[in-house]
Amino acid sequence: MTLATFPASEPKPSWTRYFTFNTDAKVIGIQYIVLAFFFFLVGGLLAMIIRGELITPEADLVDRTVYNGIYTMHGTVMLFLFVFPVLNGLNNLLIPTMIGAPDMAFPRLNAVAFWLVPIFGVLLMSSFFVPGGPAYSGWWSYPPVSIQNPLGHLVSGQGLWLTAVALSGVSSIMGAVNFVTTIIRMRAPGMGWFRMPVFCWTALAAQSLQLIGLPSLTGGAIMLLMDLVAGTSFYDPAGGGDPVLYQHFFWFYSHPAVYVIILPVFGIFSELFPVYSRKPLFGYVYVAVASFIIVGLGLVVWVHHMFPSGVPEWMRNLFMFTTMLIAVPTGVKVFAWLGTLWRGKIRLTTPMLFCLGGLFNFVFAGVTGIMLATVPIDIHVSNTYFVVGHFHYVIYGAAVLGIFAAIYHWFPKFTGRMPYEGLGKVHFLLTFVGANLNFLPMHPLGLMGMPRRVSSYDPEFTFWNVIASLGAFLLGVSVIPFLLNMVSSWVRGPRATHNPWNAIGLEWLLPSPPAEDNFGEHVPVVVSRPYGYGSGEPLVEHQAEIEAALTQAEQLEAAR
Amino acid sequence: MTPSQAQGPRFSPLSVVALAAWVALLVVLSVWMGQQAYRWLPVQASTAAPLVDGLFSFETAVGTFVFGGVVSVMAWVLLMHRADKYDESDAEPIEGNTRLEVIWTAIPLVLVMAIAVYAMRVNTTLGMLGPMEHIHLRSPVEDAGGYPGDRLPAEQVEVIARQWSWEFRYPGADVAATELHLAVNQPVTFRLVSDDVLHGIYIPAFRVKQDVIPGRAIDFNLTPTREGRYRLRDSQFSGTWFAANQADVVVESAADHQAWLQAAARQPLQSGISDASREFAQRGQSTKAGWATVPPAPPPQVNVPGSNTLPHDG
Repeated sequence: MTLATFPASEPKPSWTRYFTFNTDAKVIGIQYIVLAFFFFLVGGLLAMIIRGELITPEADLVDRTVYNGIYTMHGTVMLFLFVFPVLNGLNNLLIPTMIGAPDMAFPRLNAVAFWLVPIFGVLLMSSFFVPGGPAYSGWWSYPPVSIQNPLGHLVSGQGLWLTAVALSGVSSIMGAVNFVTTIIRMRAPGMGWFRMPVFCWTALAAQSLQLIGLPSLTGGAIMLLMDLVAGTSFYDPAGGGDPVLYQHFFWFYSHPAVYVIILPVFGIFSELFPVYSRKPLFGYVYVAVASFIIVGLGLVVWVHHMFPSGVPEWMRNLFMFTTMLIAVPTGVKVFAWLGTLWRGKIRLTTPMLFCLGGLFNFVFAGVTGIMLATVPIDIHVSNTYFVVGHFHYVIYGAAVLGIFAAIYHWFPKFTGRMPYEGLGKVHFLLTFVGANLNFLPMHPLGLMGMPRRVSSYDPEFTFWNVIASLGAFLLGVSVIPFLLNMVSSWVRGPRATHNPWNAIGLEWLLPSPPAEDNFGEHVPVVVSRPYGYGSGEPLVEHQAEIEAALTQAEQLEAAR
Repeated sequence: MTPSQAQGPRFSPLSVVALAAWVALLVVLSVWMGQQAYRWLPVQASTAAPLVDGLFSFETAVGTFVFGGVVSVMAWVLLMHRADKYDESDAEPIEGNTRLEVIWTAIPLVLVMAIAVYAMRVNTTLGMLGPMEHIHLRSPVEDAGGYPGDRLPAEQVEVIARQWSWEFRYPGADVAATELHLAVNQPVTFRLVSDDVLHGIYIPAFRVKQDVIPGRAIDFNLTPTREGRYRLRDSQFSGTWFAANQADVVVESAADHQAWLQAAARQPLQSGISDASREFAQRGQSTKAGWATVPPAPPPQVNVPGSNTLPHDG
């Protein structure tokens, strides 16, 4: 084979390409991530208002209508404009480079899927400025409260919300078609299923869930929009509709959506623990396959969100069993990560700290998850702060920490610069302490009987709410070192080599940042399993030559 | 998992003893946490409460053991298996262990299934004490009947949830109130209705919760077991004054309850408690404008408004 050459004289692409309809997956990936973090700040600001209101029992900081709008938009922004886009950004950066593809299977579709995000983002934000204010019925948008439309206008905050969610669904389906096709069809020669990195396994699992589940949510949302603006009564009991039907449509997607979020984070843990323990992933095949067992089970647990909604006893019991079963493949993964760490050579870099913190939080969330799966306990704590605590441990404690780990780990690859370790560790410390201070007190509150979504509460709940609010403000502060780090290291950080972490993977056999078409015509042939740390086996044919060429190009670059 | 599992056959007698001691310590901690768990919950004021709390205590103990085990391994690794400062080498490549995979698949499987079976039994018992819900589509109120668990006839109370007030009607005594009065140890059957949106009836001290669904009348049974004053909260988001949609629940002796019903029947109808109506009226004069809201339903006309500001039992 011929080796790829890395011409150092290639003109540096202009930064303005990030604001164009660019079809390079690496540009789209960064577009997704940067936009997502813009909305992370918006959603975080809303969270600060929520915790400001809840630091005292009375509804005194904002009007109750404003509180309801703000908590609704906090959840919506964080899910549809932060978590999903940031993960799609990572998918765009990592899937093609990890499997040795030049780009995604459908680059234009990929760009369309991205550009729908700012469109529905603007639509959603505009709802703050329509008469009557934004949607206020929570991110579940349960009818009939979501179709009450107090002002009776055709254009309402709720209507804009539903349109935005439907558009988000369309964008995600486009993305999912692309990711699934790319992973199935465009892997490097020699990369059979069981030589594929676990991140790609989990991305494939998560995106398959999107394809199966999203039509249900999108269809359900469109019917709700019809009830709201066209006078239909799919869900309106006054016209013979059934409000509980909506809950089935909603949760049939929105529970699997949690796995869409957490599966790629499992992928990130599975990639990073081996790198920073200098050991192969323990039980690679089991970890990979467990992702698809989670997909299968994840599709048949949605009624656990509806135990007190008026579902029959047999359904409660059935869905309790399926929900409990999910603990098994999830446990397989957790034990595999522990097995990877065991007797490793642990390096506490910033990405590793975020992974360890994320794993700690995730196991805690797993324990409360089992409690929530148990019908009699769930009856007591459902729709209380116990649930809010549980899912913030999952989404923030585990998923967001995993996302931060991924960003620090792959930052050098895609920007060509090293992030600063000191700032990164400060960021980790503030995030880990802030998250636990914020979300742990929610569990006693829920057990005591404080409902979620309240703008005021009885004085007995004050103590834990004050602690939670202080934790939230600490989390608010924690983004400062992160943003400082990202901006300053991207602009003037030290140059990154092609493999600063000494990691194994196709993406680390590309220059940092990679050329537009990645390996181009010179895709290496994969000859072994991923994570061959300590085995001495090469990952690809001619690995030594490829690495020597990369190092030589870096030395030339440094000399100029 | 325990540290020795990944270690394979190489362990000394000393490490076995140390490990056994550590596991014993974790067990003690877990049992203690299971006992503590009762203190995190409100007082037990219904027949359901001890059953739910027992299950919660058990799961807290199991959860503490699992969490403690995982965190122990992480802590051990962080203390003992750190790379030396200038050590760039890789660790010994252990790819996996099928026997371990089988063990840590089978043990959680058995464990969660055991929890599920325990929980299902609690469900069944709760059902015998008073079925959690029967769903009717606008059928007439069923005859008062006993339940297998306790042979007393159930008191009938009609619960009407509104945006944003709770109204309790006692058809037998011709009484309406915005404070719920129940006799201790007397089974009660609620008939839950809503004319506007979803609500949820939630009395934390009773450990019960049920959505109130417009278009359906849901029968819902419980038996209070402790005299006192408790809180009933709306648990399914119902709009602007959702947080203020609360009522007090007074559990009293059978004699006191009869006396209350008789006194209440002699009271003239008056406006019941509705914090929403009060705040809505103030809002008209306020300059601090919020976003749009549907107006609250007028306060229900009741014999006894009661109170929702008296101190209640945690």
